[in-house]
Order: sequence, then C-alpha cells, then structure tokens
Amino acid sequence: MKLISNLFIPILVLIVILYAAKKKVNVYDSFVEGAKEGLPMALNMFPPLLAMIFGINIFTSSGLIDDVFGFLKPLFYMIHVPLEILPVAVMRPLSGSFGLALLNDMYELYGPDSFLSILSSVIQGSSDTTLYIITLYFGTIGIKKIKYALWAGLLADLATVILSIIIVPLFF
Amino acid sequence: MINKLWIFFIVSGSLFLIINGKADILNNQIISSGKTTLDLILQIFPLLAIWLGIMNIAKKSGLLDKVSKAISPFLSKLFPEIPKGHESLGLISSNIIANLFGLGNAATPFGLKAMESLQTLNKDKKTASRSMITFLVINTCGVTLIPTTIISLRLMHDSTDPTSIVVPCMLVTFISLFIGLIIDRLFAKRYK
Repeated sequence: MKLISNLFIPILVLIVILYAAKKKVNVYDSFVEGAKEGLPMALNMFPPLLAMIFGINIFTSSGLIDDVFGFLKPLFYMIHVPLEILPVAVMRPLSGSFGLALLNDMYELYGPDSFLSILSSVIQGSSDTTLYIITLYFGTIGIKKIKYALWAGLLADLATVILSIIIVPLFF
Repeated sequence: MINKLWIFFIVSGSLFLIINGKADILNNQIISSGKTTLDLILQIFPLLAIWLGIMNIAKKSGLLDKVSKAISPFLSKLFPEIPKGHESLGLISSNIIANLFGLGNAATPFGLKAMESLQTLNKDKKTASRSMITFLVINTCGVTLIPTTIISLRLMHDSTDPTSIVVPCMLVTFISLFIGLIIDRLFAKRYK
C-alpha cells in the first residue's frame, strides 16, 4: 500500500507529460502558465483562512471545551460512551493540527492500542477538517452564502462518530 | 452561518480566557494567528503551484477531458447540474482519487481548481451552488483508503499493530460518505 501511495504522484506526473508530448503540446509553457495561477490563488486563500484560524485558535486555547465536557460526564456514562472521545469528536471538524495533538496526548496517556485510542484514531482517520475545507474552498472563489454546506458537513461528521462507536467494538 | 460561528468562537473563547485570568494566552493568540496562517499558506503554496502547472499540461493535452469522459457516468449521477464532459468533472475526479490515496496535499489544488470551474457554471457568484456543496461534502467526509498521518503517529508511539485501524476506518468513511450524500440530497431538495 505504501509503495502504491509513493508511486502515485511520480506516475501521474509522467503520464501527464508523456501524453502531452505525444499530442505535441508545449509542455514547458503550459507548466509555467499553470503555475502562475498559484499566486493569485494563494492570495485569495489568505484572508478567509486568517479569519478562521484567528477565531478557532482563540476558541481552542481557551479550555472552554474541557470545562463543558466535565459537565456532560454523567450523561455519557448513562449511554456507555467514554467521555474522553468527545474532545476528539468535537475538535476534528474544527482543526486538523488540534485533533492530531489530542490524539497524540491520548496515545501517551492510554497507549496507542487501547480501545479509547483506537476509537479516537478511527474517528479522526475517517473524517476531515470540515470547517477548514469549507472556509478554504468557498473563501478562495469568493462564495459568501454557503447555504446548507456547513450543516451537511457537520451532520456527516456526526454520522462518522456514531458509526465509529458502533463499528470499532466489532473489531477490537 | 460562518459569521455567527466566528462571533461565537471569539467572544466565548475570549471571555473564558479573561475570566480565568489567562489574558496573556489570549494576547498571544491574537498576535500570532497571522503568522500561523502565513505558515500554512507557505506550506500549501509551493505544491499548489507545481500541481497547477502539471494540471495545466493535462488540460492543454486533452488528458483531463479524456479522464472526465471516462468517469462522468458515475459523477453525473452525483452532480446532475454539471453538463457532460465539462472540465470540472475531471478535476473533481482527480481530487477524489488523490484523497483516496491519502494525498491530501495533492488533492487540495485539484479541489480548488474544481471549485473555480464549478464557479463558472454558477449563476449567482456569491452563493454556493448545489454541485459545490455536494463536492464539499465528499471532501469533508475525508474519504481515504489509508489514513497515513494516523498510521505514522501510531508507529511513532510503538503500536503493536499500527495498521489495525485501516479496515474499520475504511468501513466508517465509506458508510459516512454514503450518509453524507443522502443528507446532502435531502438538504438540496428542501432548499429548492
């Protein structure tokens, strides 16, 4: 699997260039022309991403979530779901690096092969940073009204968490 | 929506930090977020430029059209608004394939290009189109075959079986993608 993953990009690049050479396209000029688009794209990316990181960093560093979770603890015991996974589930859509840091803490605390760590890994591994993707993609092309995009994304994330809680015990 | 969320993040986070006497952390976050963002963009930008270059070659040679034609029967079911053989289908498929192989960094430029291409089909340039949202739902579901970052983190922590999460992850991610697409459909119908 790792080999396939490693060969994917080089082979893709080779196919693209060889195919274009066969079609007598000026490969060099096309590359330069395409790469030029990167600058305006990065410039458009900056403001919305800055806004999101600004907000999320203040929120995640406040420790507010930890306090709120302490509150919810009894409820979680009632439905037999370990409270410890809640921060992972909540932070995953918000921030990739924060989610990874949480996972790292959990591995250190409980060991990478404990049930909690595996459950958190599966939640993290089968979802993505919804808020970041929405901000980046819509922000770059200047969409202001995102309609139901955030709701659809977050509901799918919720589905991921529930599915993980159901599926992981079947394997471990 | 994003507007309200943003206000909530900043106001609740700031107040909580101030009440707990951690104004120094708040200060630090306000000052450093610009640099964090710039670092992130500097990380994305070089690869973005390379992929945009490679993609432009694929576009000029007609390879992108060819790929999009091959997979458009599947994608046109998901994206009924996109005309057959439109450039965006090729970009969407490239994005999905790159994500499948765990190449998030390579997937982003394809995704951004796909969004730009979808924007050309969009009537109201300020409002998200249905196709854009479907495409984003596919992306936010994080469909991947191998969660490489997590496997390497597990490896780092001396896991006895670092790849043990692969199969459950695959199951969860594909079922949640399926659910996500159903949710997307339901929303799209309601918003019509």
